[in-house]
Amino acid sequence: MLKKFIATAGWPRVIIGLFLLALFVTAPFVGVRISTSLSDTLVRFGMNGVMVLAMIPMVQAGCGLNFGLPLGVIAGLLGATMSIEFGVRGALGFATAIGLSIPIAAILGYGYGQLLNRVKGDEMMIATYVGFSSVAFMCMAWLLLPYKNPTMVWGYQGTGLRTTISVDNYWSHILSDFLSFKIGTFYFPTGMFLFFAAMCFLIWLFMKTKTGTAMTAVGSNPEFARAGGVNVDRMRVISVVLSTIFGAIGILVYEQSFGFIQLYMGPFYMALPTVAAILLGGASVNRATIFNVVVGTFLFQGILTMTPSVINSVLKTDMSEVIRIIVSNGMILYALTRKAQVKR
Amino acid sequence: MSRLDRGPDKKRNRGVGSLLADYAVPVIFIVISVVAIPLSDFSATYLIQELLVRIGRNSFLILSLLIPIMAGMGLNFGMVLGAMAGQIGLIFVSDWAVVGIPGIVLAMIIGTPVAVALGILCGEVLNRAKGQEMVTSYILGFFINGVYQLFVLYFMGWLIPISNPALVLSRGHGIRNAISLTGIRMVLDRLIPLQVGTVTIPVATYLVIAAFCFFILWFRKTKLGQDMRAIGQDMAVADSAGIPVNRTRVIAIVISTVLACYGQIIFLQNMGTLNTYNSHDQAGMFSIAALLIGGASVSRAGIGNVFLGVVLFHLMFIVAPKAGRNLMGEAQIGEYFRVFVSYGIIALALVLHAWKRLRDRAEARRSLRGPAGKE
Repeated sequence: MLKKFIATAGWPRVIIGLFLLALFVTAPFVGVRISTSLSDTLVRFGMNGVMVLAMIPMVQAGCGLNFGLPLGVIAGLLGATMSIEFGVRGALGFATAIGLSIPIAAILGYGYGQLLNRVKGDEMMIATYVGFSSVAFMCMAWLLLPYKNPTMVWGYQGTGLRTTISVDNYWSHILSDFLSFKIGTFYFPTGMFLFFAAMCFLIWLFMKTKTGTAMTAVGSNPEFARAGGVNVDRMRVISVVLSTIFGAIGILVYEQSFGFIQLYMGPFYMALPTVAAILLGGASVNRATIFNVVVGTFLFQGILTMTPSVINSVLKTDMSEVIRIIVSNGMILYALTRKAQVKR
Repeated sequence: MSRLDRGPDKKRNRGVGSLLADYAVPVIFIVISVVAIPLSDFSATYLIQELLVRIGRNSFLILSLLIPIMAGMGLNFGMVLGAMAGQIGLIFVSDWAVVGIPGIVLAMIIGTPVAVALGILCGEVLNRAKGQEMVTSYILGFFINGVYQLFVLYFMGWLIPISNPALVLSRGHGIRNAISLTGIRMVLDRLIPLQVGTVTIPVATYLVIAAFCFFILWFRKTKLGQDMRAIGQDMAVADSAGIPVNRTRVIAIVISTVLACYGQIIFLQNMGTLNTYNSHDQAGMFSIAALLIGGASVSRAGIGNVFLGVVLFHLMFIVAPKAGRNLMGEAQIGEYFRVFVSYGIIALALVLHAWKRLRDRAEARRSLRGPAGKE
């Protein structure tokens, strides 16, 4: 029974799950309040959930892990900065940001998908560098684009966007605070979870449609899908567009909770933790479910929240960053090396 | 990686279009340089001096990439492992205050076993991810970076004794962010002084690099080198020919890692400061970008690509910020442009390669159809 559970869950997940459990158990003994840590974990779960969800379409369509997530993030950032530039506040502002970023994400995703179709088999490496170079390209764009709103541009020059922009007066916590409640120190961002659930539902619904099923078929066996009359390249492009759009929405959810927009090199390493999270949840390079997203994001964010507080109190040093690097990349390595063992 | 796009006989009957696609990257770079050099207003002697320094500084690191490419393992993003090994050697050497050439040699001696161990690890991991070597070695670089930080930031000065307080953070353990390598700064570069006009040439470094080039030329002709090339052509065929595929691949990575370790030591003796937590990261990215700019592809790279790449890449490196300032009125733009180009060029080269591989495969399929097909 136990053996079977470990076999299905995979060793790394069991180890990390136990590690997280150990952290929660030790927490009260070293003076870390459980309710605060739990609510921190939940907040971070909500912040990152949609971005992790963005991995699903591409993995399912056989395009591999979306290391090109920064492209979607950029679309989201463009939407966010534009909504502030137009001075739209509150829920309407957030809706504007989403509304503006979706078409941008769709266009970028379409081009990105076309590119990935021409480089089948090497998607992940190329996606990584497409992500990196688009971030670097946008660094130049942030400096040059004609934004005028004084909350966003550098004060003394009047041009060029700041590195971090506060969304305080616009749509900070617009989702998180919707129907949110507090029990003592425990805070629950209901709205963000409702939104995340809605997004999950959308993905689930999409995967049940004809297109969604065809997409999964392409991912599991492209030759077979082609023989079955599915346009493989088209399905792959659709999956990339979807991934990019969800990436854009994901970063907006992240920002409204975080309270800041991070530009320039901010989105640079966004892809790695997201990829690690979904793999931690049990996804593989070519199969991912919503369940994987939920479990993975919770485990990953749980470790990120708990290690600094608990380990710091025990060892009196902050090792969280190093643990994060080792866990997230170790997880990706594990997934990559498990794929299709070639003979000698 | 691929099996069909290699071998000289395949190259001969390519059209002008494919040829242009092969050299697209260097050509783009030459164009950028031609535009940017006059914009930057640098004098010729300044440019030459800078280039000579940078060729000496970077070539060895880039050369270390050649052997895994020969063995068909693609660009070894895991070279940062070797760079980290070299840095560990340098940390100890500066702790023990060994100066001059002995210091460099000692750093290499300390770095070698670390690099060998990491190389074996890397090779074994890559053997489990055939066909995905690049992305795997890339992530492995991040992973080992975490382990490296664990050692350098927490264990050194705590479990591993470090006697020199100048190296250790004020909290009592962990190495400082930047270490000044005063004892070995430029000792190799200045070993054989040579001055032509106002231009100084680091002769000894160049001799080491030349020796390395000869090593690679010789290595290609050895049994091991031939085995690697066979594996690079086709793993299955090499296997049935009795070549121990996995073992040879591990050896290729170990050699590359050890050489990258030496390369990083040479690089840092020229720089004179060790950025404990990010020198290695840059080593990997810049070396790979430079090699690709030199016209190398994921499956084919020669010594010529290395030197053309260093010159073109660093020319842009020197010129871009100043050109950016003169053109746009802001140096920051040039700075970001530089970053954009380094990443963009890797993306472009990878895309061109993958594209070509698919095209060649399609062509090979067509040729099998007999006289109706092409060829």
